[in-house]
Amino acid sequence: MTDAALGRVPREFRRSYLGEGSTLLSWLTTTDHKRIAILYAITITVFFFIGGAAIGIVRLELMTPQADVVSADTYNRLFTMHGVIMVWFFLVPSIPTTFGNFLLPLMIGAPDMAFPRLNLLSWYVALLAGVIAIVAIVTGVGDTGWTFYTPLSTEYATGHVAWTALAIFVMGFSSIATGINFIATTHMLRAPGMTWFRLPLFVWAMYAVSIVMVLATPVLAITLLLVMVERVLGLPIFESTLGGDPLLFQHLFWFYSHPAVYIMILPAMGVASEVIPCFARRRVFGYAFMVYAMIAIAGIGFMVWGHHMFVSGQSNFANLVFSFLSFVVAVPSAIKVFNWTATLYRGQITFEAAMLYALGFVGLFALGGVTGLMLACVPIDIHVTDTYFVVAHFHYIMVGGTVSAFFAGLHYWWPKITGRLYPESWARFAAILMFFGFNFTFFPQFILGYLGMPRRYQVYPPEFQAYHVMSSMGASVLAAAYLLPLGYLMWSLFWGRKAGDNPWGATGLEWQTSSPPPKRNFLATPRVMAGPYEYHPAEESPEAAGAPMSREPHRSQGGGA
Amino acid sequence: MHATLPLFPIEASVQAGRTDELFFIVLGMSVVVLGVVAALVIGFAIRYRRGSPAKRGPLPPLISREIEIAWTAGTLFTFLFVFWWASSLQLAAKAPPADAMPIRVLAKQWMWKMEHPNGVREINTLHVPIGRPVRLIMTSQDVIHSFYVPVFRMKQDVLPGRTTTTWFQATRTGTFRLECAEFCGTDHARMLGSIVVMSAPDFALWSEAQPESDSLAQKGAALFRTLGCSGCHATQSAVKAPDLAGLYGRAVRLADGRTVKADDAYIRDSILQPLKDIVAGYQPIMPSFAGAVSDADLQDLIAYVRSLKDGGTP
Amino acid sequence: MSDAALREPWEDLHRQREAARLGMWVFLATEVLFFGGLFLGYSAMRVAHPAAFAEAARETRFWFGSANLALLMTSSATMTVAVRGARAGFAGMARWCLLMTALIGIGFIAVKGVEYHLDLDDGLWPGPGFALGMAPGQIFWGFYWVMTGIHAVHLTIGIVLVLRLALLSWRGLIGLRDNPQMPVVGLYWHFVDIVWMCLYPLLYLVGRT
Ligand code: HEA
Ligand code: HEA
Ligand code: HEC
Ligand code: CUA
Ligand SMILES: [Cu+2]
Repeated sequence: MTDAALGRVPREFRRSYLGEGSTLLSWLTTTDHKRIAILYAITITVFFFIGGAAIGIVRLELMTPQADVVSADTYNRLFTMHGVIMVWFFLVPSIPTTFGNFLLPLMIGAPDMAFPRLNLLSWYVALLAGVIAIVAIVTGVGDTGWTFYTPLSTEYATGHVAWTALAIFVMGFSSIATGINFIATTHMLRAPGMTWFRLPLFVWAMYAVSIVMVLATPVLAITLLLVMVERVLGLPIFESTLGGDPLLFQHLFWFYSHPAVYIMILPAMGVASEVIPCFARRRVFGYAFMVYAMIAIAGIGFMVWGHHMFVSGQSNFANLVFSFLSFVVAVPSAIKVFNWTATLYRGQITFEAAMLYALGFVGLFALGGVTGLMLACVPIDIHVTDTYFVVAHFHYIMVGGTVSAFFAGLHYWWPKITGRLYPESWARFAAILMFFGFNFTFFPQFILGYLGMPRRYQVYPPEFQAYHVMSSMGASVLAAAYLLPLGYLMWSLFWGRKAGDNPWGATGLEWQTSSPPPKRNFLATPRVMAGPYEYHPAEESPEAAGAPMSREPHRSQGGGA
Repeated sequence: MHATLPLFPIEASVQAGRTDELFFIVLGMSVVVLGVVAALVIGFAIRYRRGSPAKRGPLPPLISREIEIAWTAGTLFTFLFVFWWASSLQLAAKAPPADAMPIRVLAKQWMWKMEHPNGVREINTLHVPIGRPVRLIMTSQDVIHSFYVPVFRMKQDVLPGRTTTTWFQATRTGTFRLECAEFCGTDHARMLGSIVVMSAPDFALWSEAQPESDSLAQKGAALFRTLGCSGCHATQSAVKAPDLAGLYGRAVRLADGRTVKADDAYIRDSILQPLKDIVAGYQPIMPSFAGAVSDADLQDLIAYVRSLKDGGTP
Repeated sequence: MSDAALREPWEDLHRQREAARLGMWVFLATEVLFFGGLFLGYSAMRVAHPAAFAEAARETRFWFGSANLALLMTSSATMTVAVRGARAGFAGMARWCLLMTALIGIGFIAVKGVEYHLDLDDGLWPGPGFALGMAPGQIFWGFYWVMTGIHAVHLTIGIVLVLRLALLSWRGLIGLRDNPQMPVVGLYWHFVDIVWMCLYPLLYLVGRT
């Protein structure tokens, strides 16, 4: 960092992490978790728009029943690319690598991650994976769907399946490194007084998600490696003409990919658990249950993979066991939905954009989750598996749920990260637009699916056209709603009002330092005296029985905005 | 665009009615619970907006830890009830009746081939009588496909190197869509067919009227066996060679990425110069038959391959 | 000296070492699942084709596998001495033991290389020219190449890590005593050894009992 460089940094940032050098090199060699978070944020945003652009063409193609925009192979490549990019290059890393990286040390009162250099390395690995993915895309991405089923992927598919798989394989190392870092940080770097049951739920979410990442990702890695080996080197592993088992791949794949869906939802649950109490000015209802619920989801989530294989030819007995476990794993999710609802009770609720996004998350997640229960009923799944019903199910959870939560977090912590306030009415408008655009896009797909419209179809019977047109129009509204924040958030970087240290009057430890935070987060190591959601005196909460109130609430109920 | 907007698929099998019943029960429960949750969220949001006159302060004694346990248990029991219902339905429906009519199904990129118990063969169309249980015994020649008839609420993956079975009993005459539901490559979306459900007398008539194949092709069929073609090209052969049924007139994707139409010339070349056009996904192991077959033989063989176009397996 | 080993964001050496060790254990957990997937696939196929697997496994080279087992177990011993020695302050011994460990590792790779060469000469690479004809036997050999290949990659990484520590300490660039990398690399090395102990019966003993 040179003095000249420092001169260009706005004065207010001089002492913040943003002021620690403004050259490109200072960013590319940083080990500061906050800067790494921003590097990640830029990366995943790029990938989000790549994945979105791919599906944009798909939605255009689906406007008419015939094929008229792209060839059959191109269509297959587009949705494969969409699924692969959106899952592994956007949604899995989204909340953990951005907010997780930025906030985990702040929330537990640590100066940085346990392994700062590993943290930076994980970003470079992700970048390398991204470059491989882009090379694969440009030269003709694999056309297998994001699920890589054998023997299609090992033998018959024509695209660069191995390159696509390699990109995901490499990305896995980045996930694992992040997971290891989060676990070690949470164990070893909590500030004095930050006991496990004083951790904010977001930290718990990051901890739970790290465990899933660390234990599930390697199984995906070996599975994809076997596919690559069979495809490139010709070593038979799954080859059915030699006695191999085509279902072996599916078991291995879903053993990762079902836990992976919880990798994608747990962080969103963490965000909602921070945002809703803050704007309701209530302690989160049933803190302990929220923690147990997340741990239960992470644990039981490893045992339900077979519900993706109800019609694959696995035994009826296995079907029923996996169906049963799928119902069991849904219980903790239901508890969380009820607890968020109960948190609103007797609150002093305001509706900033972050809160709107968070409430949208709760609703869309609940709807997506409930349709997951329908899929968990074997007879229903036999009818709707591999139709648009499933497509609608997972977009409700992943796009309606997690992406909404991502935006909730983005607005909530934007002042923390940048020190600026975003324009509130624009943001509210975008939130509402996103909610309606989303439902417009994906609700018709439930009906389509039950009517028997298979997924991954470029051409379809003409009587379905009306629903597809609706869906495509909804998607363009959705695209606009995603582009809006990009615009006004950029604007706020330069012209936004200064936020002050704690614009929401939030109680989390991350708000007890300046916004944006200094390089080592806190000027002195904080001492923690109480739990994370002290929005009102303890006697008014359901858990008043045991713990006496141990410190003054930051701002009592009903205090001015 | 279509005039009417379909909302719900018709029910054309015994299983369809049961599946829909279960679906509506679960849907009803979901609507109720989601309705309550939504009403609470919206209700609280309005009643407890900042500065509203609603009562605040300590929570009433009712809202306590117990409520948490209560709704955990309540949800668990609700879910278990749904599971029990769905599973008993599944168990009841799994095994086909003993008198079910067996139909063999062979799936390949991107077509369906069916064979009736009396040897009648069909491609992409299956005629069945109404009211009679039909059992499908299925296997795939290449990748995984899935036999899906929406109006029957029936679907089953079709795997290479394995046999999977499922069954249905049609309750309505008509022609219904058959779709491949598992992604299987380029023309997955075009791997369609139809199920023609007929009354029992109509079905008998149809069955009777199935044509015999012509004599040129019959000579070709004999050659196909004596020359050893069937050693590799028969469906049950251990050698991995493409199935020739339905080949004629179709576009063939070659290993070098080209796509050619399987016409007489192509088949002729395939027999005389097999190395010229290698089919994608296969090893170039087919020997050349140049010199071993006369032109007349070639004619017969080509006629035979052509006859495989509509039904029949070598 | 001891302060040089302290890195951001740590305030004391003990905790830093604890964290490194915790991180390594978590990493080893991922490795267990990585190999676990592989072993699971192998077991599933072996249960499906027990006879063919036994027959195919008889073609592996028992003495090469056994020699390598002995080599790796020796190297684990030298690695232990290196780690313990470093903690106790015997820097010279630690360095020599590291070097020994790396050399034995290279010996393993050399033996494996010769074995691979002989396997290839005998046409044991699955595919059109496969020597053993029988179909599921090809799957056994598919697993053989994948499993031993992945293990060799792990071992190579281990050799690089160990050599790096040895060379850096020789040139006085790092101390070994408080260095959190010592126990971490040690753990990794033992893990790679244990993986071979699991592979050995699956690949070399199956057809021979
Ligand atoms: C973030 C991602 C995410 C999440 C969290 C979930 C959560 C769940 N999913 Fe989903 N799922 C996917 C992503 C996700 N899924 C994807 C990507 C696929 C398709 C993959 C592919 O094939 O490409 C899929 C497919 C899928 C299938 C297979 C469908 C098929 O292909 O045939 C099934 C079947 O059981 C299923 C079930 C469930 C269940 C039971 C849950 C539960 O965890 C949900 C729990 C939540 C709730 C239940 C809501 C809250 C509860 C209440 C409000 C209580 C009130 C309700 C009642 C009393 C009814 N999912
Ligand atoms: C994980 C996250 C995720 C996200 C965020 C999304 C987002 C969206 N998805 Fe995706 N989807 C999947 C995961 C996801 N999806 C998966 C896993 C599959 C299965 C794939 C498979 O079958 O293998 C799938 C499949 C899938 C299908 C089924 C395709 C088929 O089966 O044939 C459809 C169809 O409508 C669809 C639609 C959409 C839409 C409209 C969005 C929208 O939310 C996207 C909105 C965003 C944009 C539209 C971008 C906006 C920006 C621009 C348009 C500007 C472009 C800029 C430049 C070109 C410079 N998705
Ligand atoms: C040793 C096994 C073998 C024998 C015997 C054999 N074939 Fe083939 N055949 C193959 C294989 C493998 C292919 C696919 C690779 C290729 O295109 O060469 C093939 C391809 C073909 C094709 C092109 C198929 C397509 O899907 O496009 C035709 C037509 C054909 N064979 C006809 C015959 C006839 C007729 C005979 C006997 C006179 C015969 N084959 C004998 C193995 C064999
Ligand atoms: Cu066959 Cu899809
Ligand atoms: Cu799942």
